[in-house]
Amino acid sequence: MSAVSVIEIEHLVMQYGHTVIHEDINLSIQRGEVFAIAGASGCGKSTLLRAMLMLAPVTAGRIRVFGEDIARLEDADAHRLRQRWAMMFQGGALFSGLSVAENVALPLKEHTQLSAAEIAELVQIKIAFAGLPADAASKFPRELSGGLRKRAALARAIALDPELLFLDEPSAGLDPLAASALDELILNLQQSLKLTIVIVTHDLDLLWRVTDRVAILGEKRVLEVGTMNALSTSTQPRVHEYFQGPRGRVIKEQYGS
Amino acid sequence: MSEPRRIAATFELLESGQRLICDGDWSVQGIPGLRTRLEHCSWPTQGELRIDFSRVSHLDTAGVWVLQRLMQARKAAGVAIKLSGMRPEHEELLRMVEARAPQITLPPETQPITLLQQLGQHGWRWVLQSLGMLSFVGENCMVLLHVLRRPNRLRIRLILSQAQQAGLDALPIIGLLSFLIGMVVAFQGSVQLARFGANIYIADLVGLAMLRELAPMMVAIIVAGRSGSAYAAQIGTMKVSEEIDALRSMGISPLELLVLPKLFGLLIALPLLTVFADILGVLGGMVVASAQLQINAYAFLDRFDDAVKPAAFLFGIGKAPVFAVIITLVGCFAGFQAQGSADSVGRQTTASVVQAIFLIIIADAIFSIAASMVNLGFK
Repeated sequence: MSAVSVIEIEHLVMQYGHTVIHEDINLSIQRGEVFAIAGASGCGKSTLLRAMLMLAPVTAGRIRVFGEDIARLEDADAHRLRQRWAMMFQGGALFSGLSVAENVALPLKEHTQLSAAEIAELVQIKIAFAGLPADAASKFPRELSGGLRKRAALARAIALDPELLFLDEPSAGLDPLAASALDELILNLQQSLKLTIVIVTHDLDLLWRVTDRVAILGEKRVLEVGTMNALSTSTQPRVHEYFQGPRGRVIKEQYGS
Repeated sequence: MSEPRRIAATFELLESGQRLICDGDWSVQGIPGLRTRLEHCSWPTQGELRIDFSRVSHLDTAGVWVLQRLMQARKAAGVAIKLSGMRPEHEELLRMVEARAPQITLPPETQPITLLQQLGQHGWRWVLQSLGMLSFVGENCMVLLHVLRRPNRLRIRLILSQAQQAGLDALPIIGLLSFLIGMVVAFQGSVQLARFGANIYIADLVGLAMLRELAPMMVAIIVAGRSGSAYAAQIGTMKVSEEIDALRSMGISPLELLVLPKLFGLLIALPLLTVFADILGVLGGMVVASAQLQINAYAFLDRFDDAVKPAAFLFGIGKAPVFAVIITLVGCFAGFQAQGSADSVGRQTTASVVQAIFLIIIADAIFSIAASMVNLGFK
């Protein structure tokens, strides 16, 4: 099972009007790996993520998730597929009219046969897993700080124990302590639940600490894919630039081998 | 899908409760009812319980939670637990759940509130709202005075664009509706008047009803629904997305930028719309008069000139600015009351329309009473 591709992207083209975002994207993400998509701001990282989630229209090319071409899925299959993955949005995208506990309970209520009491307990576990204090459960998203809101979003994302987890900028807007706690959490979840995780991020700390492989996007395509150690010694000029900035060098000294 | 069909979580209790063999899908999809089934088994209260997990096909947090609760209950009853056949990653998951289990406390059930409590809450909210509205009106007066002292701070462009949106763009709907209302009034009147042979008084009826009451009120109600709700939604959304705070932090008064232009725009637009509605309403009456009562346009207008004094027209137009103030302030106030959620913006938008229409009708009644008290030249 170890070398099975969870996501395969072939010759993906994405275009809005006359603006070409991706020209020819090819990627393959293996089961059980933590895969990151990095690159400069505006290079289309989030758009690529949205395409994988069937949220953004694809102009040409093919995306397969769990071996299924997502452009050709029947509604029922698409519905089943959506229960096997989960997305944590950059701003959290928590439902503002629901409390944190209700937010986490929503996928459980919609997609499982569990009783209300069982759901209430599971919600508490997920909330504890995401590192939220127990009293946050009854609060509304607007009453939480940015960091707690991120955790609540993560709790909702792992509500159904998805096989595939998408994280859009998980550490953006967090203080260093909270960010490293989140790194820890992602690693823990990945190891215990054998998740496949796809992360879109700029955060070099996160890239070094948790990822197995990283794809660098730029110039409308994938510049390079590899482990952080391989990428940081890359000779590709844009990739080199990305890692040899002042921040990149400091962090490499810390983690690189 | 490539995923094989899963069978639900099952278990078998052997050797008089000494050995538990777990089987099937112990995941969130497979465990419904599992807890109850486990709890209904007869468990020994001493000795050892050996749990065999090797046949379980899927295990996730939900399944581990069931297992953890079971083990906890058995341990509390004085039974030693031996787990076997667990995959390393599942052991890791069990450790994670066990580490967090003590933190898990279920929130206390909330009591449903009684009718009396509801009444109290509503009443108190109403008082707070009224006080809030009063202070909002006060703040606006202060900003208005401030701006009037420096008239170059009046944002003419914004005011005109508001007047266009609330006024010019509303012409078709207001024209059509007032024409129809004029016709309806004339129809109803013509039946009664024809019985007395007082056909010509149709001009009095339509003229006074439209100019004094119907046109101003109808225009105000349509504009409250069209523009007042838009004000509430716009300001509410800005409040929720912190744009109002951004304005404040830049030293720009949100009232000056968002409320005053709307107020002035509507003060221009509403009286003009009322005149337009007057004309179309009377036109509607005229059409019916000539069709039903054989009163041609010349005769109608001749009588109209005698029957409807300028005071009646001015009385109607005079209400429009008051309605404009009500619509703007109620709409904008509701917007500023929005808090945090999309839901709240929706509720405030609804509230703005309901409250504005309520206040418009109250104001109109006050106008009528006041007019009859001072005998404002209507014979």
